[in-house]
Amino acid sequence: MAITLSERAADRIQKFLAQRGKGIGLRLGVRTSGCSGMAYTLEFVDESLPDDLSFESGGVTVLIDPKSLTFLDGTELDFVREGLNEGFKFNNPNVKNTCGCGESFNV
Amino acid sequence: MALLQIAEPGLCADPHQHRLAIGIDLGTTNSLVATVRSGETAVLEDEAGRALLPSVVRYVQDGSPQVGLEAKLRQSDDPHNTIASVKRFMGRGLKDVPHAAATPYRFVDAPGMVRLETRAGVKSPVEVSAEILKVLRSRAEAALGGELTGAVITVPAYFDDAQRQATKDAARLAGINVLRLLNEPTAAAIAYGLDNASQGTFCIYDLGGGTFDVSILRLRQGIFEVAATSGDSALGGDDFDECIYRWIVGQSSLEEVPVADARLLLSLARKAKETLTDSDSARISATLSSGMEVDRILGAETFFDLTAGLISKTISPTRKALRDAGLGIEDIDGVVLVGGSTRMRHVRDAVAKFFGREPLTNLDPDKVVALGAAMQANMLVGNRKTDDWLLLDVIPLSLGLETMGGLVEKVIPRNATLPVTRAQDFTTFKDGQTAMSLHVVQGERELVGDCRSLARFELRGIPPMVAGAARIRVTFQVDADGLLSVSAHEQTSGVQATIEVKPSYGLGDDEIARMLQDSFSHAQNDMAARNLREQRVDGLRLLEATQAALDLDGRQLLSEVERAAIDRAMETLRVLLNSPDHTAIKRAADSLNRATAQFAARRMDASIQRALSGRRLEALEA
Ligand SMILES: Nc1ncnc2c1ncn2[C@@H]1O[C@H](COP(=O)(O)OP(=O)(O)OP(=O)(O)O)[C@@H](O)[C@H]1O
Ligand SMILES: [Mg+2]
Repeated sequence: MAITLSERAADRIQKFLAQRGKGIGLRLGVRTSGCSGMAYTLEFVDESLPDDLSFESGGVTVLIDPKSLTFLDGTELDFVREGLNEGFKFNNPNVKNTCGCGESFNV
Repeated sequence: MALLQIAEPGLCADPHQHRLAIGIDLGTTNSLVATVRSGETAVLEDEAGRALLPSVVRYVQDGSPQVGLEAKLRQSDDPHNTIASVKRFMGRGLKDVPHAAATPYRFVDAPGMVRLETRAGVKSPVEVSAEILKVLRSRAEAALGGELTGAVITVPAYFDDAQRQATKDAARLAGINVLRLLNEPTAAAIAYGLDNASQGTFCIYDLGGGTFDVSILRLRQGIFEVAATSGDSALGGDDFDECIYRWIVGQSSLEEVPVADARLLLSLARKAKETLTDSDSARISATLSSGMEVDRILGAETFFDLTAGLISKTISPTRKALRDAGLGIEDIDGVVLVGGSTRMRHVRDAVAKFFGREPLTNLDPDKVVALGAAMQANMLVGNRKTDDWLLLDVIPLSLGLETMGGLVEKVIPRNATLPVTRAQDFTTFKDGQTAMSLHVVQGERELVGDCRSLARFELRGIPPMVAGAARIRVTFQVDADGLLSVSAHEQTSGVQATIEVKPSYGLGDDEIARMLQDSFSHAQNDMAARNLREQRVDGLRLLEATQAALDLDGRQLLSEVERAAIDRAMETLRVLLNSPDHTAIKRAADSLNRATAQFAARRMDASIQRALSGRRLEALEA
């Protein structure tokens, strides 16, 4: 089981962590949301939790709780630019359909 | 497709509920917008990669506004319809506008604030500023991929209530929710993280395009007080350009310089000035309208000599600010440089020499105000834990009432922390007096005539009593943006009369409403149309997704009552999809989302159960 970061994503995350001045890594997660099912969460981590699973990718520590991992296994996190907008994108092979905005999905 | 940003631990927003916040530096010469994404504060650029938006608005032939560089380039050939430096007119009456006659504008005197006559009609400075803000707003929405939660907008520390109110009105007109107005020097201090210290005294030296401002800030328990401000409202980078221009004219023995040539040489002068910040010489070459060639090399040393006088003109206001604050140079814990003109090496050197310490310069001086505003906005919308950072602002000038003999009675002293409410009791001075007129003023001086008049109003219906028996309590309330409301009521009798005022320099609600209507009918409101389209698409998708989920799991996971509630919410949304009101569609979509929250949670649990039963071993090994 694994979660990976694209090179661009890893670079960005390292930069953001350095600018923030603290934090041990990045937390990926999934939670329920409205009807289209689930939504991704993306947070800095200051302290890991007892159940956390941990991955290394591109020099970044990625933490995830086991429940979320079942929905994210095999995901690659990418950093993209679309016009003026830029940010992270989940390439998640488990997803069957996504809502219009791309923030919620179903498995 | 929404792109995600990294949130602070535990502060990840719900989908569709991102708290998008921006900071805006609405400058006299240039304006900027900044935001915090994934913890990083950055200025947002336009499609061409430009961060600075020239604060120039031109009304073109069909009356629609053109904002920024395009407008700026047309300034000299369409002067009446191209408004630059509109910030100088905000909240100002015609008599307060410095050198009105020297500007190309056709001013119209109006109660409260001057207006400008353009081919698109008579415009208030508030409307002109709103055009600048609209451009920044749509730039921000494109970059953040959604509707803004709110903005922090900066204003000079010396802005009085009328100017602040005008700024807030402009934002409202541009459809921006103002989280707070913030003093420019305070924003610069925040950008440098000076608020992380527990206390300190800082000097903010801001040399922009056309104005010089110097402020002394005192930080105590997380609160910045403006201890003093000073400056020169007619000194800035433009004067350095002028110096070079005069040097070229002198060197090339030009006599009459036609307007077009002057314009060309001035813009070359500015380029040369900016070049000299990084190099030791700059070449100025041009072909004038007479066919004459100008080709000169300007050395940095010569430029420094030419403009040394301008730099010393910044030192005396700096001294004055220190004196007003009762401080010496040795009391200053840090100096911050703000404004594009502080890039110039000899400006930096002069400031370093004066203070005997190196100023803070590692942030871009023309961006630091916007960066600080963005950090404050990010905190205010809840993207950072508030106990991390609680920053309050203070009132810049005392607020008071006129009393007998044209004297001012201060009710709220300057530097009181915002928000603040203070009351003072007054009484009648004539037997049987049933009305009292109140005159609200702002300023530090003793005489009403020397302060700024903000509002007048009358309290009527005081029961007749002997002189001195009535007790009239006047309450001044200033909100977190530094905006004032005043109320008065008589206390001894049961009878109460209360009145609230808005400063006379602000715009009335009906005036704002009219302007809003104008701008709707005018610009066809692309924004609203786009919002509507997006909400419809989202609403439709949501309906489809819900239907699919119901078809799959509805029977197993929902009771009849629950199912009926979801059906009702779906029907409401379906009907509203055809309505022209995007907020109504959004509300219906939100309530459908709420109605299905339980269902979604059950579906997730069910699918986890399914997933885990097949994968338990694997998960344990990982
Ligand atoms: N590299 C540089 N070297 C010298 N001057 C520069 C440089 N870059 C920008 N400037 C000058 O900075 C000025 C604009 O500064 P800024 O954008 O801070 O103004 P502003 O804040 O909008 O104006 P104001 O403070 O008057 O409201 C212009 O005069 C410009 O020529
Ligand atoms: Mg400025």
